[in-house]
Amino acid sequence: MSTGAATPTIELQGVYKRFRTPTGSAYTALRNLSLTVQPGEFCAVVGPTGCGKSTTLTLITGLEAASAGTVTIGGQPVQGIDPRIGYMFQTDATFPWKDVLHNVAAGPMFRGVAKAEAFTQARDWIRRVGLSGFENHYPHQVSGGMRKRVALAQTLINGPQILLMDEPFSALDVQTRVLMEDELLGLWASTSASVVFVTHDLEEAIALADRVFVLTAGPATVKGIYPIDLPRPRNVAEIRFNPRFVQLYQQIWDALRDEVMVSYERDKKRTSS
Amino acid sequence: MNATKNVPLAEVTPPPGEEPVWIASTGAGRYRLMVNAARVLLLVVLVGGWELAARLGWIDPFFFGQPTAIIRQIGIWITQGTAQGPLWEQIAVTLEETVIGFVIGVVLGIFFGVVLGRSRVLADILGPYIKAANSIPRIVLGSIFAIWLGLGLASKVALAVVLVFFIVFFNAFQGVREVDRNLIANARILGAKSRQLSTQIILPSALSWIIASLHTSFSFALVGAVVGEYLGAIQGLGLLISTAKNTFNANGVFAAMLILAIVSLTAEALVTALENRLIRWRPNTITDVAF
Repeated sequence: MSTGAATPTIELQGVYKRFRTPTGSAYTALRNLSLTVQPGEFCAVVGPTGCGKSTTLTLITGLEAASAGTVTIGGQPVQGIDPRIGYMFQTDATFPWKDVLHNVAAGPMFRGVAKAEAFTQARDWIRRVGLSGFENHYPHQVSGGMRKRVALAQTLINGPQILLMDEPFSALDVQTRVLMEDELLGLWASTSASVVFVTHDLEEAIALADRVFVLTAGPATVKGIYPIDLPRPRNVAEIRFNPRFVQLYQQIWDALRDEVMVSYERDKKRTSS
Repeated sequence: MNATKNVPLAEVTPPPGEEPVWIASTGAGRYRLMVNAARVLLLVVLVGGWELAARLGWIDPFFFGQPTAIIRQIGIWITQGTAQGPLWEQIAVTLEETVIGFVIGVVLGIFFGVVLGRSRVLADILGPYIKAANSIPRIVLGSIFAIWLGLGLASKVALAVVLVFFIVFFNAFQGVREVDRNLIANARILGAKSRQLSTQIILPSALSWIIASLHTSFSFALVGAVVGEYLGAIQGLGLLISTAKNTFNANGVFAAMLILAIVSLTAEALVTALENRLIRWRPNTITDVAF
């Protein structure tokens, strides 16, 4: 983890985000939220369900603008969609009418790379995510885990300096998820990308990240920042048995539990009234 | 990545070719045979009952026709031609009007559907007018078109176009509105410009909606052409029906109807073939409900 004078890759300073609800009232999703991500750093953001974790990511992409505060990438304020960003969605966002090859090659082709060159790059990425031989399959013809691999290749082929991931593996079964997490760490190690990984799964956050941000129940602000000093390369399946992992888990869970309870009580009140 | 080595769960996939092959065809085959037999039986009962009723004098064949007489009528049209010329010429004229009207209506419908579907402002401004235009019973426009455009091809094509346009337009519009927001966001982040979004994301996504509308809209184009001819023409199947009606030839009306049904079913088969070609990427959902 690099510290000091270097310009942070991503910086959110005192960010607020308000939405207008369909009934006309204002809903505050983020409240005075500040976080920084250093170059090449893997950050995980955890928080109770519906607290505004995904909103944080949409502000960084430029798909939405902050209501107040500043969002900067590499020292520059975010204006519109930044080409240095890659984004992995919680739901399947592969294009169902394109086969695997065209799905992976979509990014370079949108950006004006010649077709032959885009296909060469795409074939290479398909090999790197272990999908060789499936180039001509359509997304519905492969498994959920394989679709996630397609999405991963589709995102990484653009060489993003910033990789934003919105609970990308939450829909997978536990075993496939562990495989994908290992896969992600391996691929990330070969790049210099900064990662912001949003999840509600604390184990996943600790196993993957250099630092874990705990958000409060909505409106979200940063409750605590926890450096994860586990050695790399990590094996996601086995690191959970590491005593230091258990220690970190207990420490962060203490902070997270209160927020989860607040969010839970609030939900219960809303449904009962 | 040595993930697969560490987690043996990933190695249980059997190599291709060693999976058991399920033979489900016998049960399915028997079922299909039963369905087809029942279909034929139903047809025989209905048509046979009609024929029998006409022969026994339960219904008057002068008004209600008679299956054998309908077939005989078609036979006469084929061998001796109709009063307006050879039968194939009538079919060709009606088909020409139908296809031209269909193509123009579909192209206009898709274009305006995608444009309005993507632009909220345009949709809000034009919305009420389109709804109003859609609420006009468009068949009556046929009379206006006959006055404006004469008794030739153009008036029938125009009627077919207005019938087809709205069906395709509303489906294309809805299809564009239904495009998964995540897919659009994904494409934009991957670098898609507005035009690439339209052609590579929005249009393919709306295509299943648009194609669904083609099934109905071809029969509507045919209705437009036939009604147009019925209102005033010098050739075509619609005129054939009109003439038969005016001479109290019930069998002639039924015979023309039968020919129209065959044309319509053939077109439907062609649209289905086109659909299978264009949306190959779609998972095979329910293939059995093809009527």
